[in-house]
Amino acid sequence: MTAMAEPTTTQVYRVYISTSPEAIWDAITKPEWTERYGYQGVSDFDLRVGGKANMKPGAAMRAFAHVPDTVIDGEFLEVDPPRRLKQTWRMLMDPGLADEGFTTLTYEIEPVGEGVTKLTVVHELEHAPRNAHVLAGGIESQGGGGGWAWVLSDLKSVLETGSHMAAG
Amino acid sequence: MTDDDRVFKALADPTRRFLLDRLFVRDGRTLTELESELEMTRFGVMKHLKVLEEANLVVARRSGREKLHYLNPVPIRQIHNRWIDKYTEHRVSALLDLKSELESA
Repeated sequence: MTAMAEPTTTQVYRVYISTSPEAIWDAITKPEWTERYGYQGVSDFDLRVGGKANMKPGAAMRAFAHVPDTVIDGEFLEVDPPRRLKQTWRMLMDPGLADEGFTTLTYEIEPVGEGVTKLTVVHELEHAPRNAHVLAGGIESQGGGGGWAWVLSDLKSVLETGSHMAAG
Repeated sequence: MTDDDRVFKALADPTRRFLLDRLFVRDGRTLTELESELEMTRFGVMKHLKVLEEANLVVARRSGREKLHYLNPVPIRQIHNRWIDKYTEHRVSALLDLKSELESA
């Protein structure tokens, strides 16, 4: 029998960063860190299972018109610092994206030795093709940011060099 | 070998680029699916996937009994940031400015 997998709508991203698992955990959870890379949102988290996993707009986002007070909302499903964080995730910046509803996002953090830590982001995007397009970098040329690859490259840059690369 | 070396080495092979192209079209495939699109032994495809995984261009994850392969664009993004943004973006935009200036004249 030839086992053919169902077509997947899951996106998987991985980056190796010369830092500790704790530093990565802080960078993805603490507001003073989240506003320093990628979309530069400000985390508004209640880090426990069932707690809110929201993002507020950072200074860069607030410059645009019609930005809601909460740009991402969700709820934590697993909180295991500094190893694993799983949440529901819904983008509220645009009605067309918000209509696709909640998706599932998981961060896996694993030390691999010599001061290097592996960060894997798994975003399950069933029934969310518009969000998938944005997160794969599909609207970057229109100024919509480069999605997860862009966010994670920038996170690596911020943690390793202290300065971020992403253009505004 | 640096991370960049591994990426360039992995990309310097037409079979490996073909595998990445297939994953770009549809992500999360098994070895069996990838193998069915190539005139190559299973072992040969496994070897190429291993090089791609070592370069972090492919991430393999278990899903039930299957191992699914995902295209990971992050290393290419890092090369883009380093080589395109840093060294050429301002030159490209200068040329575009020149082009629009000449064309509007």
